[in-house]
Amino acid sequence: MSDHNIESRINGAVYKKTVPARRTLADFLRQDCNLTGTHIGCEHGVCGACTVIVDGVAVRSCLMLAVQADGADVRTVEGVASQDGTLHRVQQVLHEEHGLQCGFCTPGFVMTLVSLVERGDNVSEEEMKAALSGHICRCTGYQGILRAVKKLATQNTTAKA
Amino acid sequence: MKPAAFDYVVATSTDDAVSRLAEFGEDARVIAGGQSLVPMLALRLARPSVLVDINRIAELAGTKAEGSSLRIGAMTRQNTIMQDALVGKHAPALAAATRLVGHHQTRNRGTIGGSIALGEPASEYPATAVALGAQIELRSKGGTRTIPARDFYEAAYTTAIKTGEMIHAVHFPHWPQGTAMAVDEIARRPGDFALTGIVVALAIDAGGKITRAGIGWFGMAQTPCVAVQAEKALVGQSAAKLDIPAIAALAVADTEPWDDIHATVAYRRIVGGRLAARVIKKAVAMKGIA
Repeated sequence: MSDHNIESRINGAVYKKTVPARRTLADFLRQDCNLTGTHIGCEHGVCGACTVIVDGVAVRSCLMLAVQADGADVRTVEGVASQDGTLHRVQQVLHEEHGLQCGFCTPGFVMTLVSLVERGDNVSEEEMKAALSGHICRCTGYQGILRAVKKLATQNTTAKA
Repeated sequence: MKPAAFDYVVATSTDDAVSRLAEFGEDARVIAGGQSLVPMLALRLARPSVLVDINRIAELAGTKAEGSSLRIGAMTRQNTIMQDALVGKHAPALAAATRLVGHHQTRNRGTIGGSIALGEPASEYPATAVALGAQIELRSKGGTRTIPARDFYEAAYTTAIKTGEMIHAVHFPHWPQGTAMAVDEIARRPGDFALTGIVVALAIDAGGKITRAGIGWFGMAQTPCVAVQAEKALVGQSAAKLDIPAIAALAVADTEPWDDIHATVAYRRIVGGRLAARVIKKAVAMKGIA
């Protein structure tokens, strides 16, 4: 029942809020920060829709308490494209390969892929596919998503060559 | 799907954590990675009155070679373990098992201490600890005690951890040079709980003889389950001339699987036996640890 004053950096902006201990990071982002791009599907860590990047790695925001993000650097889907609206290359390939249908699960897929391609070690197609096993798309639009992943991996190889 | 209300405190050190646990008693729960606890809170399967968060205790995270064992701090994250050089060198079964634990996103938060402490019957880490003969180091306000993993699990989700105690570290003993370790499981989808899974460690000497064996099952009993008869039968045998189906059958004989909506007892025994044979075969064909 305890309340906590927290301060987190989200997409580069500082948010200072008071939250009850039981508030998840997912609810905090949506309800306290009005960042509704993070979607909540199952609320118990199975579907992956709520995935965000915390201190550089992809995590399920429904499985982290907001109070645990005190002092953390959080990135959500709102913080992925450039300020001028230019899509991130992950968003761009998903767009080109029709890697989404209804779009509900998409923010989660985007955040996992962004965390991997920005790690700076030319992540492989296999590793990206393995990480995407942590996401469920109920439209079963996986083929388009996997084509986008293949394109990302090819871009990595080309960049390296 | 929202947790019931609770209080929350951040422990600043291990001493602070155990004195908080002593203060709050049995209604307190430690939160490590939270990848099983938070779903249990959300589903209200767990309703602790207070959570003691150990995430900010730096000394609880990391791996360290200590004499004849590898010490892994309770807060070491699963994805860290998967890539850790010391784990790869001394306990490759643990790295291999980690690939089967949850998903990339949950392994970024999930910890070894949390997984060992939960005692989920189908989870990979408890069986790996049991197979490799790990020791669980517990801390409380009263001090430290260490329990062999093989004596740690009492029933499903029930361990030797007493009120006021928390896992401080898990110690994996070094296995001899030439030890081969392999792990595999059968699950309906990647990241799902295993229907059956097995961890096999075989110490093989320069002459090709098995000098020591460690075999732990998961998903095959209420606790991680040791294949005692198979371990005994393996010692002294030539690795190249094993009767693998017979060893696998012996391994299954020590299990006590259950029926549920995913698989029957008979299914688990048949598939477990095939899996055991496959994993033993894989271990025998491997190049052992340096």
